[in-house]
Amino acid sequence: MNTTASQIRAGYAFVERNINLIRRYWTWEIVWLVYSTADSLAVSFIGLGMERIGGAQNVDGKFLVLYLLIGTLVWRFLSTIFYWMINLINIERWEGTIEYTLMAPVRRITHMAGQTFFSVTYSLLFTGVILVITALMFDLNLQQANLVGGTLMLSAGSFSFVGIGIMASIMPLLFPERGEQMAHVLIALVLLVSGVYYPVDVLPPLLQKLAVISPATYVLEGTRKALLDGMPTGQLWPYVWPTLLMGLVLIPAGLWIFNQAERYAKRTGRLHRNG
Amino acid sequence: MTAAVVVHDIYKKFGKPGGPWWKQMLKGRVANGKNAHSNGNGNPGQNGSGEHAAQNGNKPMVVAIDHVSFIVDEGEIFGVLGPNGGGKSTLIRLISTLLLPDQGNITVFGHDVERQSMKVREIINRVSVEASFFKKLSPMENLMYGARLYGLSGPETHKKLVEILNRLGLEKRSIYNPMEEMSRGMQQKVAIARALISRPRLLLLDEPTTGLDPRSKREVQTLVRELNQEQGTTILLTTHDMGEAEALCHRIAIMDKGKVVALDTPENLCRLVPSKNGTPTTLEDVFLELTGRSLASEDEKVEA
Repeated sequence: MNTTASQIRAGYAFVERNINLIRRYWTWEIVWLVYSTADSLAVSFIGLGMERIGGAQNVDGKFLVLYLLIGTLVWRFLSTIFYWMINLINIERWEGTIEYTLMAPVRRITHMAGQTFFSVTYSLLFTGVILVITALMFDLNLQQANLVGGTLMLSAGSFSFVGIGIMASIMPLLFPERGEQMAHVLIALVLLVSGVYYPVDVLPPLLQKLAVISPATYVLEGTRKALLDGMPTGQLWPYVWPTLLMGLVLIPAGLWIFNQAERYAKRTGRLHRNG
Repeated sequence: MTAAVVVHDIYKKFGKPGGPWWKQMLKGRVANGKNAHSNGNGNPGQNGSGEHAAQNGNKPMVVAIDHVSFIVDEGEIFGVLGPNGGGKSTLIRLISTLLLPDQGNITVFGHDVERQSMKVREIINRVSVEASFFKKLSPMENLMYGARLYGLSGPETHKKLVEILNRLGLEKRSIYNPMEEMSRGMQQKVAIARALISRPRLLLLDEPTTGLDPRSKREVQTLVRELNQEQGTTILLTTHDMGEAEALCHRIAIMDKGKVVALDTPENLCRLVPSKNGTPTTLEDVFLELTGRSLASEDEKVEA
């Protein structure tokens, strides 16, 4: 069973299961897509609103729309990865299948690899659909944008958010009733300090220090440099390496923490309780 | 005969006897004022429901398995009989690597459940009393998920699953409808099919026929017997049902308050208690004699 082929099949089990769940809950997917699109549009319209409020001579509305749109789309991509990674455990708690899944002869790294593959693919498609819809709404000027660089920044950022997601997934493992809500708190803090809708330097000094350790800060800055300023891909390295480094630390750390949490849950009998 | 499962001096408790000093102080104040049941020294006492418990402030310590040892032989159907809270499901969870013991060790076909958990998982499967599934997914989708977790490939497994489900009496159309549209009995049959697909050497059945109608119950029992006789699958079965235990099991362990109070063949267990009023001794008579209470709780009797 522990052959590579068996583990690949086991990894695919999570991909296929998630696809089936999306198919069966398709109405929820539509609702979520509408909500996410409306949210992105609402935030982006603030750019045009500022032009009106601040006076056209002081504010470049189109630039501001693109600035906010990049923020909202990058955040949508990263947070969708985060939420699907929490579903390592959360969805199993919800359905009551956690014992069956954790009893199967599947290495935890296989489990997480399957979930990661699905999370990143789903997030790319989901964000891509929102991008197309929002692009139709605004007259975006992407002539000088470095699209390859933007995609590179998103790819680099996805690793670190997989790591954060794995760490956060221990919340529903250890706290069946309130674990999911605790994970929301974590992602809200990352949103606050990462400069999603504003430059990080408008934050108070303490929050600016926290921004340094948030991978989203570098992903957002790098993506904006690539898409707004057209920075060449080679010059994006100062933004790429911190996110890669964080991913390199966060994924193994997440795996280790998850293993410890799983062991604790097995010692204290927390797998049995369904939230 | 080879030992399939060796349970050696297993002890498992839930809840903590202490906690940080400041918590104990705070809880101690509350307990002194309110809790008349606390013995105050952290030693296990007994609560009203018959569980072993030590009241430490507000959190009881429950001893679920109390130094249990036994051996299940390969090819045997081994029954574990006991009331709710007797430790049966905890024992199943310990064997299936879902719980870690506080003391003692368990081996499954020579593999230690704690140190070689992956090896153990490859050769076991389990049907629990609550049939847990992705409710919006169909039986086939749920079973394919299960099959892939055990490293089985697609098309061949699909065909095999249809055969198993048909054999268990599931109509073809219901195989592709959401699980939530099925009755509890049907869901339990799907749970059994899920356990069979990986062809386990050891099958752990935790009250598998609870909630099934008499006909379904008989079908499941026939299947269990066939699995054991034709494929040599070792089966560890927990149940409340005396008739089921007597009909299926080669040997039975009676558990109460986390302890094994008797272990033998059904016939020998019945010989432990002399017959009364000329009627043959039943397993229930034995249980009453050994534990001083009936198998089903009073609430369950009222429901029945």
